[in-house]
Amino acid sequence: MTLPSFRLSEDPGPDFAALVRRMGLSPVVPDSPVDARLTITHGTTCVAVRYPGGVVMAGDRRATSGNFISHRTIEKVFPADRHSGVAIAGAAGPAIEMVRLFQLQLEHYEKVEGAPLSLEGKANQLSQMVRNHLPAAMQGLAVVPIFAGFDTARSAGRLFQYDVTGGRYEEFDHASTGSGQMHASTVIKMGWRGTLSADETIDLVLRALYEASDEDSATGGPDLLRGIFPVVATITSSGFERLDDEDLEARYLSILGQVATERGGSR
Amino acid sequence: MTAPFYVAPEQMMQDRADYARKGIARGRAMVACTYDQGILLCAENPSRMLRKISEIYDRIAFAGVGKYNEFDQLRIAGVRHADLKGFSFSREDVDARSLANQYAQMLGQVFTHEMKPMEVEILVAEIGHVPAGDQLFHILYDGTLVDETGWCVLGGEAEAIGSRMKEQWVEGGTFAEALQAAVGALAGPDRTLVVSEIEVAVLDREGPRRAFRRVEDEDVTSVLGSNDTNIDT
Repeated sequence: MTLPSFRLSEDPGPDFAALVRRMGLSPVVPDSPVDARLTITHGTTCVAVRYPGGVVMAGDRRATSGNFISHRTIEKVFPADRHSGVAIAGAAGPAIEMVRLFQLQLEHYEKVEGAPLSLEGKANQLSQMVRNHLPAAMQGLAVVPIFAGFDTARSAGRLFQYDVTGGRYEEFDHASTGSGQMHASTVIKMGWRGTLSADETIDLVLRALYEASDEDSATGGPDLLRGIFPVVATITSSGFERLDDEDLEARYLSILGQVATERGGSR
Repeated sequence: MTAPFYVAPEQMMQDRADYARKGIARGRAMVACTYDQGILLCAENPSRMLRKISEIYDRIAFAGVGKYNEFDQLRIAGVRHADLKGFSFSREDVDARSLANQYAQMLGQVFTHEMKPMEVEILVAEIGHVPAGDQLFHILYDGTLVDETGWCVLGGEAEAIGSRMKEQWVEGGTFAEALQAAVGALAGPDRTLVVSEIEVAVLDREGPRRAFRRVEDEDVTSVLGSNDTNIDT
């Protein structure tokens, strides 16, 4: 690999995605529907909920190909940089590639410019990436992310939801994406209050993913046998922090106990 | 019709080298050295915004002296090279040696083929997982690539600063010892450096993925003892 150098008029500036395109490293867009002939691996349910200290983001661990479970431990929630995270649903291959490019985009900008992008700027960058992906989405490779971060300028957590065309919508209490989205967001809507603590928000998010997995076959529930739990992270003034599995196991055991009590012993 | 004058190649190279050296000597120098927990990069720089030292990749830092626009162009090319390489292959495949070779090629090309050589001297530093893995690549305006051990000086008066560095730097010393040695060597016996005119950054051996960290003025002051550097350090 040689040192990339450009004429002044063709310089991509701090834009890493443009640099990747300029170097001919972008993926080829398929010219006919891919999912008609091949079974594509899909990632499913992700949610993000705002609370006074920041945002809780979570995603289940299941990937499906048609009616098969193709992976039990896929991850759909990623740190984007120190103070933000991104969660994805849709065609798993392009989605993970988009996250990788987005993470690099933020880091590349920060290094070239010597200062990080604003949270708004990061959200707009992701919007452009989703929009650029539209031709592939039209061939059955749709990717729909959620972006959340702690806005250090405003000292508050912020959430952004997207659609396949790159439409960017700021949400003020919660956002969700993927096949189990409807069930998860209903649970969150019923349990959400503006004064929830971080702990209560995490429990609400876990309950929402549990209910989504109960209704939607493409969403994976907590797997106590194998010790597989959703990826859950908090994004606060101290940054993106992922919860460990022991903590999640304990929380899920208490949620399952609660569900059993609610059922009053009826089977 | 006018025939071009014949200039001997030796003379031409000599003239170019003199031109580049003069340009570099006009700017202020910088020093890099290893210490027990990392690599220290310390530059004399009155500007707070136009940096001489910056991050290239997870464990790689860049420093340049001479003409700002020229070494900054090299810095950006380096960030692009590293990020593209990490994107195409993997993060651990990005290394300082390959980047330093690329820089040497580019500077060598410009020195022999372009109208004007670049008036810069640059450093590519990589922090190893163990002290023996620390690397300092010093690249001159003509593409000469030097693999330095322990410490290195870039810029005008490199010899004088280097001889002071040789006396003051100790292998495997602490961060404070390294910083005192570097600032003392840059200042010299007849001068005092103000903290606000020193740019300091480190590559941390243990720590987060991105090892590069700028050292704030307060931390520099607390190591150097007062707002001004003591010449006798």
